[in-house]
Amino acid sequence: MDPRRTARTVSDPKVRQVGFFTPAPTERSISDPPRFQDPIQPPSPSPTQVNDHSPSGNSLSPVMIPPAHHHSDNFLRTALQVTSPTKAFSYSAKTVTIPPENEDVASSFSPGRKVVSAKSPSSFPGVKASSVPASELTTVSVVNLPPGISEKAGGASVEVQNDRPVSAKTLKEKTNKAERRALQEAQRAAKAAAKAEGTKASSAASKVVTSANTKPSKAAKSSSQKNDGSQVAASEKKGGDRAPEKDRKKDAPHPRMQYDDKSRVEKAKKRAVVKQTEARNRVELFRHLPQYEHGTQLPDLETKFFELDPMHPAVYKVGLQYLSGDIHGGNARCIAMFQAFKEAIKDYSTPPEKTLIRDLTARISSYVSFLIECRPLSISMGNAIKFLKNRIAKLPLALSESEAKSTLMLDIDLFINEKIILSEKVIVKHAVTKIQDGDVLLTYGASSVVEMILLHAHELGKHFHVVVVDSRPKLEGQLLLRRLVRKGLSCTYTHVNAVSCIMQDVTRVFLGASSVLSNGTVYSRVGTACVAMVAHAFRVPVLVCCEAYKFHERVQLDSICFNELGNPDAISKVQGREEINYLDGLVNQENLQLLNLIYDATPSDYVSMIITDYGMIPPTSVPVIVREYRRDHLWS
Amino acid sequence: MDFQVVVLAGGNSKNLTPLVSKELPKPLLPVANCPVLNYVLHQLEQSNLKDLIVVVEGEDAALLVGAWISGTFIDRLHVEIAAVPEDIGTAGALRAISHHLTAKDILVVSGDLVSDVPPGALAATHRRHDAAVTTMLCSIPVSGPLESGSSGGKDKAKKLGRYNIIGLDPSKQFLLHIATGAEIEKDARISKRILHAVGQMEMRSDLMDAHMYAFKRSVLQEVLDIKDTFQSLKEDVLPYLVRSQLKSEALLNRTPQGEENSNEKVSSQNNQAFISRILANASTPSFHGLYSENPDGSSSTRKTHKCCVYIASSSSYCVRLNSIQAFMDINRDVTGDADHLLSPNNIIGPSPKLGTKTTVGPNCRLGEGSEMGDKCQVKRSIIGRHCRIGSHVKAVNSVVMNHVTIGDGCIIQGSVICSNVQLQERVVLKDCQVGAGFVVTAGSEYKAESLAKKEK
Repeated sequence: MDPRRTARTVSDPKVRQVGFFTPAPTERSISDPPRFQDPIQPPSPSPTQVNDHSPSGNSLSPVMIPPAHHHSDNFLRTALQVTSPTKAFSYSAKTVTIPPENEDVASSFSPGRKVVSAKSPSSFPGVKASSVPASELTTVSVVNLPPGISEKAGGASVEVQNDRPVSAKTLKEKTNKAERRALQEAQRAAKAAAKAEGTKASSAASKVVTSANTKPSKAAKSSSQKNDGSQVAASEKKGGDRAPEKDRKKDAPHPRMQYDDKSRVEKAKKRAVVKQTEARNRVELFRHLPQYEHGTQLPDLETKFFELDPMHPAVYKVGLQYLSGDIHGGNARCIAMFQAFKEAIKDYSTPPEKTLIRDLTARISSYVSFLIECRPLSISMGNAIKFLKNRIAKLPLALSESEAKSTLMLDIDLFINEKIILSEKVIVKHAVTKIQDGDVLLTYGASSVVEMILLHAHELGKHFHVVVVDSRPKLEGQLLLRRLVRKGLSCTYTHVNAVSCIMQDVTRVFLGASSVLSNGTVYSRVGTACVAMVAHAFRVPVLVCCEAYKFHERVQLDSICFNELGNPDAISKVQGREEINYLDGLVNQENLQLLNLIYDATPSDYVSMIITDYGMIPPTSVPVIVREYRRDHLWS
Repeated sequence: MDFQVVVLAGGNSKNLTPLVSKELPKPLLPVANCPVLNYVLHQLEQSNLKDLIVVVEGEDAALLVGAWISGTFIDRLHVEIAAVPEDIGTAGALRAISHHLTAKDILVVSGDLVSDVPPGALAATHRRHDAAVTTMLCSIPVSGPLESGSSGGKDKAKKLGRYNIIGLDPSKQFLLHIATGAEIEKDARISKRILHAVGQMEMRSDLMDAHMYAFKRSVLQEVLDIKDTFQSLKEDVLPYLVRSQLKSEALLNRTPQGEENSNEKVSSQNNQAFISRILANASTPSFHGLYSENPDGSSSTRKTHKCCVYIASSSSYCVRLNSIQAFMDINRDVTGDADHLLSPNNIIGPSPKLGTKTTVGPNCRLGEGSEMGDKCQVKRSIIGRHCRIGSHVKAVNSVVMNHVTIGDGCIIQGSVICSNVQLQERVVLKDCQVGAGFVVTAGSEYKAESLAKKEK
């Protein structure tokens, strides 16, 4: 720890040399931390934090690294209070419900297995519908369990009243590997034989069931058996999930797959959940990036809604929202993803014979690869995922499952609160000092941080004018403009085409960023580079606001290597103006290529200053932040 | 995926007399020799929805349906049957089982829907918008006999059957207005508030409510509780939800999330508000969001909920069996254009015994064990199991169910003949429905009549 601290003090003078540096931040950096940490800190800070924090608290550097939160006992205790892992079932009939998971179950019907299905005891005391008499449910058909499962669950297989000698074996407590193997073979043989016997047997079997069902006298057919059944089914469910997930993880495409490599693309397509049709005409320079026919993905994914079993509903929903563009913006996507993961972790339970750490990591990976298929990850999301996986890996082995889960959920909350919300607040504090009365501020697109800066400055009573520059096809600026105007700010709205005309009146440019790379390049919404360059030409300072969790150690010199391609239709058609249809029928022509880039890279030369939660830094200091940040929060 | 499926199978339907009876409730009415409920259940099974609640009107019908389901879907589906009293309507039926509903969202499917639209698409739309209700709309099927000799295509356009008037927003994602049943005849009343919020409404009469809904459970139960006069989902609950989408009562939406510990409550709520603001700002707002905003842009005080639609593509097949005409149409389509709907377990039995010079045209289906005499003609017809058909019988555009005896020289056109009917010699039927167990005396001629046994 100590060498690191000294290293940072060395970098201090550099920081002070930044263009518009006001004396204020130094004071603030001392006085602010307690104030900001207040909301998330428990009233009594744990001793480790104090330890960690004291050296940096003394230094006068404007670059502040907030203390890392360790899993001290303090957190665990609160975590334990939060969770309540048991779910209460509201009515007894539900316990009979056996979640049918296996596709095999339907096809592999073998005679001789009796089916447990009886009239479920359906008396529901307490709950009564208003006027109509409450009706009862009668279970008439139950998905049977293959005998293999009951074997897995040890001796608990009483529920399947099996008269076949093969599965009578399952009652044995311990079977060694060879025996299990033999058993499996025998079952397979039996299954084949059953098929040969044909439908006659199966119809006979089902008749048995019918008679059993219709007799209400059998209602009380030992409920304990049923409970066993559902438990077994539950364990089977997880067992079924595991295998595909593992596969998915193994074959998950590398995030930076080169999409002009035909064979790899073919392979990736085979395992993709989202059906991806490659767009035909892609611009030569950008062939390595994935580009799909946008219209086909959403309906296809929607039809598969119920078929993707291992996917958690919350994750699925977020994926759909990414795909349809309902959620965009780095912070929002990251928060949405983490909230979905939180849900998933809440509902997670470790399958038997697995360790939570490994299995949960695999599961998270499968979720992530699904999200990648919906839309390529943003860098902020990549960092967040890295954080979460690291947290999972660092869980102490001794932790019980519920403790581990609550720790992780707390970690996620902490990340959202600290790295996103708190850092936005800090950035706002820093940036507001740069706004003076009479300023004309220009912003491009819709950045959540910039919006907060503007609103906060307005609340402070500063008088300034805002120029919102926007661009097609997303026109995100209009939403920002709407919110600003409603709050009573005076605004000008223009498109990026006119940026050179409006720039001469502007005194500051505030930009948001998707990421800041370690060579100081700002990776942001396409058009940002253009605005920054014009501002540079007019000698207007460009201030980029970016949370430190979005920083990335990658070095990028152009916006070609890593980028994202949007829907080409979005630029070939103008929404709401049907008469502009000059490209109709040309879109699929060989000699027309449409390029709708999502991001661009602004070289650090055009950026005067980066405002981050550690203070205001020149673009050259980004590697320091990246290094410190990594060490502090990812590998601690 | 935290969805519960309720199949409203119905019981006796007045629209379908004399086809349905005590012995043959509507869910078991054979369509191409396969009960209509099978189509829904098969569709759900295909979508991996294997945990269903089937609601049947009447105890007897419930027993019959239950027996059939346990016989057919044993080992494939986990089905629970609920019997509800007759004539309480679809909303009433849901009310009766509402205490069994526990999942976050409820998928309600009508048992008489013959469709190939995957229910997952509806559910996904519902989830994506976090809607209170999502309904599936499909284009109105062309009814009337296809290429039937006398009545050509001239009345095809007019026979649009029962239709809805539906108002959609420009993006075709939200339902703004719906008029069903008797309301269609009246003047359409459109909420000014909704129109003001959206700005533009598209009125469609070429779409039909397919009676497949996804409800948010809390909303559904709340509505059913409060409005205990509501009888029908389609005519009461859905229009109510659509009407009130911009002024929904506090119950419907946005329950405050106050699960945190008390000492951190203030800060966590602050952060919650913050997060939700970031998320709200990042997503493209629907008119609901814009409407609920206060003029100064602060977060909402007005409660809204979303009513979404999923419009099935025009190429998909989607018809409800709710009239005799629809029954004929579905029978025709299922054997003809939409034969992919026939589930594989609908086995065509060993080919029936045919007499000499008997011809069976295309788009026909003959059940197992049926016998036909000499010189018969069967065109575009469905004949059930164990029928005995004499010589010189002509059957066109007709449905003959099981165990029917048809005497020599009968001519059957566009008719439905239920089980155990006996047609004596030289009967001529045109566009008739013959109820179960009826005996048509020799030589009689009927046209466009409905024949059924008298109640004893």
